[in-house]
Amino acid sequence: MKKRLVALLVTASMMAMSLFGCSSPESADDAADAAAETPAEESTGEEAAAESTEDNNYIAMIALGFSHQYWQAVKQGAEEAAEELGYRITFEGPEQETMVDKQVDMLKTAIQNNPAAICMAAIDTQSVAEILQEEKAKGIPIVGFDAGVGEEESDVKCSTDSVAAGALAAEHAGELLGGEGKIAIIGHSQTVIDAVERVQGFEEKIKADYPGIEIVDIQYGDGDHVKSAEIAKSMVTAVPDLDLIYTSNEGSCVGAYNGLKEAGKIGEVMLIGFDSSAAMKEAVRSGEIVGAITQDPIGMGRAAVESAVKLLNGEEVESFIDTGCYWYDASNMDDENIAPLLYD
Amino acid sequence: MEKIKTLTKQAEFKRKIVIVIALIVLLIAFGCINPAYLSYNNIMTILLATSTNGLLALGVSWPIMTGGIDISVGTVMTFSCVMSGMAFNALGLPIGLCIIFGILVGAFCGFLNGFMSAKLGLPPMIASLAMQMITKGLSLVVSECRPVYFTDCEWYQNIAIGNFLGINGFYNAVIILIGMCVLSYIIFSKTIFGRYTLSIGSNVEATRLSGINTDNWLIGVYTLCGVFSGMAGLVLSSRLNSAQPALGPGYEMDAIAAAVIGGNSLLGGEGTIVGTLIGALIISSLQNGLRILQISTETQYAIIGVVLIITVAFDQRRKKKKENK
Repeated sequence: MKKRLVALLVTASMMAMSLFGCSSPESADDAADAAAETPAEESTGEEAAAESTEDNNYIAMIALGFSHQYWQAVKQGAEEAAEELGYRITFEGPEQETMVDKQVDMLKTAIQNNPAAICMAAIDTQSVAEILQEEKAKGIPIVGFDAGVGEEESDVKCSTDSVAAGALAAEHAGELLGGEGKIAIIGHSQTVIDAVERVQGFEEKIKADYPGIEIVDIQYGDGDHVKSAEIAKSMVTAVPDLDLIYTSNEGSCVGAYNGLKEAGKIGEVMLIGFDSSAAMKEAVRSGEIVGAITQDPIGMGRAAVESAVKLLNGEEVESFIDTGCYWYDASNMDDENIAPLLYD
Repeated sequence: MEKIKTLTKQAEFKRKIVIVIALIVLLIAFGCINPAYLSYNNIMTILLATSTNGLLALGVSWPIMTGGIDISVGTVMTFSCVMSGMAFNALGLPIGLCIIFGILVGAFCGFLNGFMSAKLGLPPMIASLAMQMITKGLSLVVSECRPVYFTDCEWYQNIAIGNFLGINGFYNAVIILIGMCVLSYIIFSKTIFGRYTLSIGSNVEATRLSGINTDNWLIGVYTLCGVFSGMAGLVLSSRLNSAQPALGPGYEMDAIAAAVIGGNSLLGGEGTIVGTLIGALIISSLQNGLRILQISTETQYAIIGVVLIITVAFDQRRKKKKENK
């Protein structure tokens, strides 16, 4: 009965998807994969076993998330590189960047398909350590990207130096405030390592170089737009003379932007963001967000696949590839070296 | 039937008194620690924060009254505003039509929930779990995992955060919430729809035997819940000026918590509309207050959990006392 129910669910959702997704078959397939994962775990296991032919051109990529534009940009870079090099990739990630168990399942399922290499951004490096070590022992290259995987497991890590990214934001915050003022921080996770480092890098830099600046509050909104908006509003209520809010990802930033707008505090309280989106770009262009840090997600996806292929070909690869981070604001966002890093 | 009605009215009154007092105590306590908490702007902030969760809670309290549940309200909310946004951006329909379309999408999802539980015999928890997965997936598929912006319509954002009658800082979303609450209350207390809902919740067999087509009424109840999710989607997307396809999961739990704090029993057969609204207000007042006190996010979750236990335990004790009499 339970199995039939699951089968019914999967069929129903597939049918519905083919109905809605007919205009864009490509993306419908991708998202159908993501959406069908949950109910179809048993059945995908079988399919996976059936599919596992001798396929040496297949690289499995597993990210922290899937639906966010940032991951879509990483995916884009990875796909471009894979196509150029003659490889096939799958790109997956759980719906929320907290679902450790789901991510572990995704990894296990991907391994069933006998990938030639695995690229991974682990939510919790411990929980995938054993599985990855087993695969590494079999001679399969393991590439960490973004949040990466444990040092012992990975052959190479392609990511942004998040501490440096946080510090870069702090430098600009310090300059904008002229070395004096009150700052609050809205983070998006207390557990994901790069999220923690973005806040840590910011705090350390402010404490070290700007003794006149006080960090008055740090709250976490899970990258949820609405929660982050509420947090920003309560911050300006609690600290009426707040000068600046630093946010650690796109959801926190746009959320805080909406919150400040609702509270009528745009212009009074400066806002610094992280990453990019259509809404963020517009607000940065108008100066309502004073600036933001962007990573190079497309380059990161590209670097991950390229390193994996290099390792497969037996070439030497450096153990850490910094894919870089950049400050952008209204003055430089159209520059040649910045504009391609900003995505919708 | 009349007896049920008077009994529930008495019970509802008592229950409301308790949670109204809880809310007032909460407001005064936070206000004493930081007077800014009770400022006009912050009260409006709390009311605006309640608008989405309040609408979802008002909606979900209907299936709860029948002894059922709808855990798809959060994702249906997201799906309805994504669909409305796609109709606006991809099909270029006039915004008014898109809004109505979005609410109809919510209603249709609710209808399917009702159909699955009433006609196909799926337990409401399973039916709405399926709907939660389907709408979560479809929101991402339809939007291609990108936010759907309403920026081409200049006044769309004013639906939620424009000022009502030009009163400074008085958001339209608050009026929408109050309006929907009044509507819900009228349906609940003045129509046979409300009476049948409670009757189904207290004993579905007896109701059926008295000649009422319980299946159709149940479908109606879930459809109404879907309409509320659609309204919540409108308010949320207007606030953000965009439909965020990844939002939604988790919102149903806040809504159910508000309904339960408000005094709705998950066993069905009794219910309160105003209580639900106050339940939602308690949650957002608490969240806002804890944030203003700069209590860490981790601790905030735990505190709200404890409040949930206290209110429900209080309610259970009161019920037991009543039974013993």
